[in-house]
This record gives sequence, structure tokens and C-alpha cells, in this order.
Amino acid sequence: MSFPWAKHYEPKQPLMRWLDEKLPLPRLVYNAVGAGYPVPRNLNYFWNFGVLAGAALAMQIITGVVLAMHYAANAGVAFGSVESIMRDVNAGWFLRYAHANGASMFLAVVYIHIGRGLYYGSYKAPREMVWLLGVVIFLLMMATAFMGYVLPWGQMSFWGAQVITGFFSAIPLVGETIRVWLLGGFAPDNAALNRFFSLHYLLPFVIAGVIMLHIWALHIPGSNNPTGVEVKDEQDTVPFHPYYTAKDGFGLGVFLLIFALFIFFSPNLLGHPDNYIEANPLSTPAHIVPEWYFLPFYAILKSFTADFILPAKLWGVLAMFGSILLLFFLPWLDSSPVRSANYRPKYRIFLGILLADVLVLGYVGGAEPLPRNVIMGQIAAAYYFAHFLIILPWVARSERPRPLPNSITEAVLAKHGGTSLAHSAAQA
Amino acid sequence: MVRIISSLVGAAFVFVLAIALFGTVKTAITEPAKEGPEKVFHLHPEDIHLPSAGWFGKFDNRQIQRGFQVYKEVCSACHSLKYVAFRDLTKIGYSEAEVKAIANQWVIEQPTVNPETGEASTRKNVPSDHFPSPFANEVAARAANNNALPPDLSLMTKAREDGPNYVHALITGYRNPPAEMKREFPDFTTPKGLHYNPYFANLNIAMPPPLTQDGQVTYTDGTKATRDQMARDVAAFLTWTAEPNLEARHGAGLAAVIFLAIFIFLAWGAYQNVWRDVKH
Repeated sequence: MSFPWAKHYEPKQPLMRWLDEKLPLPRLVYNAVGAGYPVPRNLNYFWNFGVLAGAALAMQIITGVVLAMHYAANAGVAFGSVESIMRDVNAGWFLRYAHANGASMFLAVVYIHIGRGLYYGSYKAPREMVWLLGVVIFLLMMATAFMGYVLPWGQMSFWGAQVITGFFSAIPLVGETIRVWLLGGFAPDNAALNRFFSLHYLLPFVIAGVIMLHIWALHIPGSNNPTGVEVKDEQDTVPFHPYYTAKDGFGLGVFLLIFALFIFFSPNLLGHPDNYIEANPLSTPAHIVPEWYFLPFYAILKSFTADFILPAKLWGVLAMFGSILLLFFLPWLDSSPVRSANYRPKYRIFLGILLADVLVLGYVGGAEPLPRNVIMGQIAAAYYFAHFLIILPWVARSERPRPLPNSITEAVLAKHGGTSLAHSAAQA
Repeated sequence: MVRIISSLVGAAFVFVLAIALFGTVKTAITEPAKEGPEKVFHLHPEDIHLPSAGWFGKFDNRQIQRGFQVYKEVCSACHSLKYVAFRDLTKIGYSEAEVKAIANQWVIEQPTVNPETGEASTRKNVPSDHFPSPFANEVAARAANNNALPPDLSLMTKAREDGPNYVHALITGYRNPPAEMKREFPDFTTPKGLHYNPYFANLNIAMPPPLTQDGQVTYTDGTKATRDQMARDVAAFLTWTAEPNLEARHGAGLAAVIFLAIFIFLAWGAYQNVWRDVKH
């Protein structure tokens, strides 16, 4: 699908014409990320992050495949094999630092991408399926990142695996049995490490598959935009190529620069020193913390300290999974027909609070469990649930949105101070 | 309908958190958490400004060689260095002949089997060998060290917060517990066989002070071997063992940043050029 004015693929070269008749792959690409996909003309830099996430995944797969050629998934030698990658493999240090920091970059980019969706209402009709598939990708990424972190078999790898698989033992009656079955033993060991490696290699390709569905679903209604107003006619759009390929090229450069600063100048900044100590089941680290991108969820888990009907641990695990699963219901929790927070004065304030709230949760997740940190975490966790499950549905009902522009083009021209439509036709 | 169900679910979570919050506040008031001595008397290491620190940091091979000498004459009696090979020493300025001699004369020999009888045996080290462990196994290491296990040092400066500074501070930080300790924590003791060191996480470390006096090592390059100097040098050496490719990484990083700066400049130009006629 596309808008009626979308350009059609017309191969001029005989070879491309021949290929297009046999297998219309060039046509698919042309319509997906080429000139055949009309995109709103007013997208801001936040719309770069989808392409950046795709680039981050591609880089993870490339560095990961090469690392897997040198890595040995065996509890006895895994730690040493990572060190031999760092010391003896040509540019092995680069591959490993790029892969370890690449995971952080990927999740950082995806968090901004999700935040963009929340602010501009990209999860709303008619894009619910795009959002749902996005949440699936996010869950798969979290599983992949967690299992990847276990592979170097350092102290945090081991104890992180111990804590995370311990969640399953919170399930009443069968929990412990499930945990042992998942781990292939009573504690993380060779069986767990091997299956984590297998799944860590598999899931990125599943993610790539779901990304295709995500883009497919996106191309049916087309991209959202900062006004949240739907595309009305050709004036509102520009072809993806060259307009957004050029903009994404610039965005990709900035992304790579930040990525390079991490890889080359502070490759261990986001890691934990304990992971340079080989896993030792007999020595528990003083302070077990997950990677930064899990900290807000870890804080939610830790905030449930009281038994109430259910044991505190089960509440914590339910809440932690619930905090992500509730995103699946977001399109229906927020019933406001207005998408962009720019036109939703109340929603915008609460979304700002949510951002601060998640940052507080992130801090608490990594901080020591002093009373003041626990109190802060409990209040922040309460706001998180209240925001999505209570505030959002009621704000949608009571809020009076600001007047929307009639069209994207009108909004663009108003921004530039012009009212005449004469200039607006100057597009490809 | 959605609104009511979601509000109820939300209220349930908020309610349970409120109960938990009440419990936290109550405990904080009735039993205020007291900070232990390992919080109050723990010291953070001061910065020793190694030449390898910072974005353009480079190794000082002479310093690293001195640090290697300290490792060889002091640390290696108890600590292994299992991820480093003798051949790696060529990267800190030793010639191949020197490396061969260092390996050959290394006190601890490489475990092997006698090719004729198959019995466990040892042989002289060769450059391709990794540094041999001073103890045959963990039991032997603990038996010789009052049941403490001397950790492998290959990655020590990456395995501790603020690694090189920590190594220097720890080695030079041995002292008697301060007078305030007795006043504030009368129960605090340093058990027999342990040593008070405010830079160690729980203040009592099993390692006896390794550098006891100036001139413990005689440097061949004429540098005065004060305790502080020896600790700095060994911290520099262990920075190299943990991250031997640091210089290559910094060099490649500079090239990557320059390349990307040019790329960004061109990409920005292309972006502006493509969009010049479209208001957005």
C-alpha cells in the first residue's frame, strides 16, 4: 500500500527490468525505503531513531557473528576465550568493545524511539499493530541483551543469571521446578551457558524478522509526524529517498561518532568491574546490579517489599513484567483522538513527569538499598503504574486539546511565518 | 470499561506499593540504619595520573618495565598472571632475546609431563608460555596464605573500581586503624593474620604489606625505588596487562573520530542540499 501519489518503480536498466520481472526485490526496497514511500515532510530528528535502531541491530549481528567464531560457550573456558579475543584475535578488542557497547547504543536508541512514540502518540489508531510489534521487539531485545551479558561468564554474568532466573521461582508451586528446567541445573552452569549462547545467536534474527513486520505494518498507514495530523494530500509528503535517506545519513554519522567515543575512549564505562572477575559460584558480589538499561525495571522489582495476599517477591516479579506488558494495552488505555502531545497540554505534563520518574527508577535500580533510595523507588514505581493505568485513561477523557492544524502543510507554513500556499508546492 | 478495569489494576499496584512504603518508612524510623565502619572509614584512592590515563593516554614503556620488575621480584611470589604470555613482553620494549632470557630464568617452571614416563613434571619457560602460577592449585595457594586466595593480577586494574589508582592506594595504604575507630566502633577488630587497609572494601585485607621499605627493588634505569614509585610502576604495569591494546585503541579512536567528523560534515551538506527547496 501507499498513498495514491506514491512514485512507481520503473527500472530503466535492462538488467534491473529483467530482475524486477523475475523477482521484484528492487521494487520492494524502492517501496519500503526508497522514493516509493511518501513520508510527511515535517518529521523532526526524533524520527531518525528507527533507522538508527536498524543500523544498531545490523552492527550487533555483524560483530556478534565474528565474535562467535572465537568465543567458546563452555563454563570452563568462556571467560578465558573472551580474554583471548581481547588479546590475541586481530582487532578482537574492537569487536568485543563494539559489541558490548553496541548493545547499550541499541537500547539507548530504542528507548528514545519508544519515547518518541509516547510523545507523538504513534501507538494510536491506525498504528496499533506497529506499536504492538515494537513492544515484541523490545521484549526480544531485553532477552537477547540479558543472555548476551551472561556469555563472558564473569561474576556479574553469573550472578545476574542467578537473580534473573530466580524470578521464575516466585511462581507458586511450580516455580522452582520451572527455574531448574530453564537452567538445566540447580544453578547457572554449563547447560545454562550453552542454551543462552544458542538463544543469543538465534533471537537477533527473530528480531530482524519482527522488524520487517514492524515496517510492513508501518507502511500501511504511513509514518506519523510531529503534528499527529494524518497526511491529506501530496503537498504533505516528500519521498523517503532522497529526503529522509539524506537526513538519516547525517543522523547515522552523529550516532556513529557517539558510539566511537564509547568504543575507543571509555569502553568499560557502562560495564561493571566485577565482570572482569571470572564467575565464582562460591563468592557473591557485594552489590549485584544489571546493566543500565534494565535498572528502572530492577527498581520496580525491588520496590515491592511487603507481603500482601501474595509474597513480596511474587508482587515484584509480577510488577516488573507488568510494567512492560502494560505497554501492549497502551493504544486502548489512551483513548484521546489527538496524537501529538504538542496539542495535549495535560498529557504533556504527565509525560514529562513519567520521563523524570523513569530516570529516578534508573537511579534507584543501581543505588544501594538505603531507606531513602527504597522510599524514592517505591514512590516512583507507584507513579509508573498510576501513569499508565489510571492517569492516562482519565486525562484522555477530561483534557481539552489545543486546536489542531488542518494539515501538515499548514503547520509547516505557520512555523515559517508564511500563510501563502504558493511556496508550498516547491517539492519533488 | 477499559478505564475502570485499568484503574483497578493500577490501584492494586499502587496500594501494595503504599503498604511497602509504609513498612519502609516505619523501619527507617524505628530501626534507623547505622553505617558500618567499612562505610565510614573506607577511603577512595587518589588519582596517580598515569600516562596511559585519558583519551590520548600512552604507555610509558620504561615505567611499565619497572613495574614488571616489581611484579617479578615481589608480587609474583603469590599472584599469577595467567592471561599474559612472556612473548607479550616484546610489546613493552624488551627484545626477543631478552624475553627468551626472562622466560628461561623465571623461577616458577611450566607444568608439563615427562615425555618418557608420563609423570607430572616441569620444564623451563619459553616465550610462548603464559606466566606460570606460583601455586599448583587453589588448595596449595590457600594453604600457603592463611586460607586466603591471592587473585590473578592480569585483569586487576579493570576488575576494580578506579583500577590503577586503587592498586597504588592499596599497596601503599597499610596503616594502623585511626584513633576515632576505637571511639566510634569499639567492636571493630583486625583479626590475626589480616591487615588494616582503608582502601580495601571491608578494611581488613589478608595480603601482608608487599612493599615494606624504599629500595626493596633495585631499578636498573636509576629511578629511585621509593615505595610510592614502586606502587605507581606496578599499577602502570597492571594497566598494561589488563588492556595491552590501549595505545592501538586510542590511535584507532582518533582516526575514527576524524573520519566521522568529515563524514558528518559531508552528510550534513547533502542533507541541506536535498532539502533546500522544501520547507519543513
